[in-house]
Amino acid sequence: MSNLLGLEVKTIVETPPEEIERVHNWINTEEYKEKNFARQALVINPAHACQPLGAQLVAHGFEGTLPFVHGSQGCASYYRSTLNRHFREPAPAVSDAMTEDGAVFGGQNNLHEGLENAVALYKPKMIAVFTSCMPEVIGDDLTAFLKNAKQKGVVPKDMPIPYANTPSFNGTHIHGYDSMLVSILQTLTEGKQIEGRCTGKLNLIAGCDFNTGDYREYKRILEAFGVPHTILGDISDSFDSPCDGSYHLYAGGTKLEDAADSINGKATIAIGPYATPKTFGWIKDTYSGKHVSLPMPMGIEKTDALLMKIAELFGKEVPASLKNERGRAVDAVTDSHQYIHGKKFAVYGDPDYLMGYVSFLLEMGARPHHILCSRGSKKAEKELQALLDTSMYGKGCKIYMNKDLWHLRSLVVTDPVDAIIGDSHGKFAARDAGVPLFRFGFPVFDRVNKHRYPIIGYQGVINMVTEICNKFIDIKDETCEDRFFELMR
Amino acid sequence: MSDKIRKVEGITKESTEALIAETLAAYPEKARKKRAPHLGANDPASGSACVKSNKKTVPGVMSARGCAYAGAKGVVWGPIRDMVHVSHGPVGCGWYSWGTRRNMMSGITGVTSFPMQFTSDFQEKDIVYGGDKKLKVLLEEAHDLFPLAKGISVLSECPVGLIGDDINSVAKTSAKELDIPIIPCNCEGFRGVSQSLGHHISNDTIRDYIIGTREYAEPESPYDIALIGEYNIGGDAWSTKPLLEECGFNVKSVWTGDGELEKIAATHKVKLNVIHCYRSMNYMCKVMEEKYGTPWVELNFFGPTKIRNSLRQLAALFDDTIKEKVEAVIAKYDPIMQAVIDEYKPRLDGKKVMLLVGGLRPRHTIGAYEDLGMDCVGSGYEFAHTDDYDRTAPEMPDATVVYDDPSEYEFEKFADALKPDLIGSGIKEKYVFQKMGIPFRQMHSWDYSGPYHGYKGFEVFARDVDMAINSPTWKLVKAPF
Repeated sequence: MSNLLGLEVKTIVETPPEEIERVHNWINTEEYKEKNFARQALVINPAHACQPLGAQLVAHGFEGTLPFVHGSQGCASYYRSTLNRHFREPAPAVSDAMTEDGAVFGGQNNLHEGLENAVALYKPKMIAVFTSCMPEVIGDDLTAFLKNAKQKGVVPKDMPIPYANTPSFNGTHIHGYDSMLVSILQTLTEGKQIEGRCTGKLNLIAGCDFNTGDYREYKRILEAFGVPHTILGDISDSFDSPCDGSYHLYAGGTKLEDAADSINGKATIAIGPYATPKTFGWIKDTYSGKHVSLPMPMGIEKTDALLMKIAELFGKEVPASLKNERGRAVDAVTDSHQYIHGKKFAVYGDPDYLMGYVSFLLEMGARPHHILCSRGSKKAEKELQALLDTSMYGKGCKIYMNKDLWHLRSLVVTDPVDAIIGDSHGKFAARDAGVPLFRFGFPVFDRVNKHRYPIIGYQGVINMVTEICNKFIDIKDETCEDRFFELMR
Repeated sequence: MSDKIRKVEGITKESTEALIAETLAAYPEKARKKRAPHLGANDPASGSACVKSNKKTVPGVMSARGCAYAGAKGVVWGPIRDMVHVSHGPVGCGWYSWGTRRNMMSGITGVTSFPMQFTSDFQEKDIVYGGDKKLKVLLEEAHDLFPLAKGISVLSECPVGLIGDDINSVAKTSAKELDIPIIPCNCEGFRGVSQSLGHHISNDTIRDYIIGTREYAEPESPYDIALIGEYNIGGDAWSTKPLLEECGFNVKSVWTGDGELEKIAATHKVKLNVIHCYRSMNYMCKVMEEKYGTPWVELNFFGPTKIRNSLRQLAALFDDTIKEKVEAVIAKYDPIMQAVIDEYKPRLDGKKVMLLVGGLRPRHTIGAYEDLGMDCVGSGYEFAHTDDYDRTAPEMPDATVVYDDPSEYEFEKFADALKPDLIGSGIKEKYVFQKMGIPFRQMHSWDYSGPYHGYKGFEVFARDVDMAINSPTWKLVKAPF
């Protein structure tokens, strides 16, 4: 017997070139597209990650906070390296390294030992615990485990240890963000609500946003307003820290006392209704002051809405500096609209991003021709359709819910577009379709410093329209015949 | 093995042991006891490991390790280009490991090669009711949409093993129905202590399902060899394979960088297995030796000194035709390599490097740094075994620090004390040290560069090391005010 299973031994036969050619052509056909869209079980090139990634992201947004993965160590390495690659920044987090015996005995011993070591080595002010698959499948009781940890004294009694169940077989990274954030806020604000106290501040939650520039932009806008504020889950310094010869394990994040006092805020704005339903629901029921959920402020109109809401909540006028900034952004788009008008786009990403992309493109007179979400809801689909219906440029655009980037490939090769908006993973479909990819989403593994350029607010409009229009102009310069190659564009 | 024991000024057994003791002092007692045997001062004369290894990671310490799935998907199976590799379970594992190892592939994506992410994207209901039925449908869909795929691997993620799915039985049935090899790989991330078990499990599945099922169409020759443990990171195999061909060999298969399933399946027919990454594939070399009598030899393709020695070691196993060709190759490349050294060595001489990497690089790259005049002042592995550390001892200077699965705390402490001019490690470590102003190269992925293997690779390696250490940007780190 020449092989273990006694399988038939065959001589290697190379695939004939004409057969390769045939299949190569076939995958670009309508017929293939139909077959591809008929898939029931296989997911190919999804545009979403799992819950714990979002949980880790938001944990980094709090002062002195160590993200702690309860589960296998490999999970933590995957989340960390994903954040490292996107931000090109450190992403310190630990795991309690559960292994086979954890499956039998549960993960309490690992959790306790891990907490004790993490406290000794990394001296966090807060530890944010979230789960990967293993403890979720075996049903670990985190509530009891953490109570026991404090009783046994493996962690200081007064150390806040919020925790979230973030099973990877449910939802995506945006749901992990939400679950971890609400737990952090519940933990920090416990017993901090004071009757009659008002901080006078606006609490702002940015949603599951991986662009540090966006966080800085929110702060800049609020400073222009003169509105005192607390950004809850502020990753801007955590993932955009200075290179000055020293390493700080906890480089940024919302001050814990500010987060604790946020319950006494004057108002709370939660950006990204799809990434913050739990958090916003709980805040609405609990927090003092007013509560508003708003879409990501991408494009002029959605930024206007944010500014008007801030003005309304704080009884202020929109400051002149922001009015001027709006004017400059509008100037930028009117000056460049001819390079984007009528262009067809395929867009994909998380629902909150999609609302933003579509809104922005419609404002520019561009067509979000294929809109694809690799894990979304009926609600998101309805809202996107309603948005499309507001504009003649939305006519004929189609929404594909729970489809992946291999579906996207079929779409863009059979029904072509001028460009794709998404994240680095779209580069394969973009290459096959021969169109540019604009990396406004997450993750960006193949371009530098993108996370420092905001895509929200008026500045975001300028950044996006500049990148898009100049790329189209570049393409013209690179591909036109000599006689059409001219100085002015 | 290096000829003589080298010393680095300022490093003694005492200084290294004091550094280790000082580092361990921060740990709670239990963790300190666990970590202590994993840190040691090198003793090259002993030729054996000075640390314990392949033990469970201490919880909560910030290890760089991955899991068995990572070893199976990312390392062994994933690089085979003409197969569909299914990450079976929830969406994350496959998504994180999608395109992040830089094992390059030729072919047409989606037609003849598949550097994509295939997953069963488990949902709650799959956990409750099991995923076997879904898997069966998924395999049919994959075969339907990718008819030129030569086979499918099914790589289990944690939940699959925990809920008791039987992927082996599904694979068996589907393989028969679809008439292609379908390899079930029970590489759940909670198994074992690191990536290493994933390598072993994957090797076992190659043994069980693949090897010996194909034969090469061409007639055999005495110079038929296979290149094992070469993953084509940044195009490494596209440097090493032509080099071996230039030496007169027929490289019949590469395991598994830019690999082809059927050529791998026929590897039992070669005359010699040349292994580069011993850690991840020594198992199959030993299997082929036992079962088919195929000898194997472990070589090193980093830096001209090691390449020269390796090629001669290889030639010694063959006839004069090969010996002559090898000498001609060495004579051809020696002056080219000397020119590279002449260019970069003046700027790198005496610089210190610290390493923390995976399979073979913490020892195999030391010679390449030495070719450039650099000293390795500390080295360690994420997931090595004793036999790796035995092989490391003679490569490192005397009394330098060796660390097994170090925590980030330890690694930082060591770097702080040893003040290296360069650190070669992974993405999780990169930005920590760059913030400190320490030049860094990712030595898993070649930091988006490469190849680093072979003569062609050394030119790139030398350029990159010089660029990292001597970039004028480092002078800007400290503000003048």
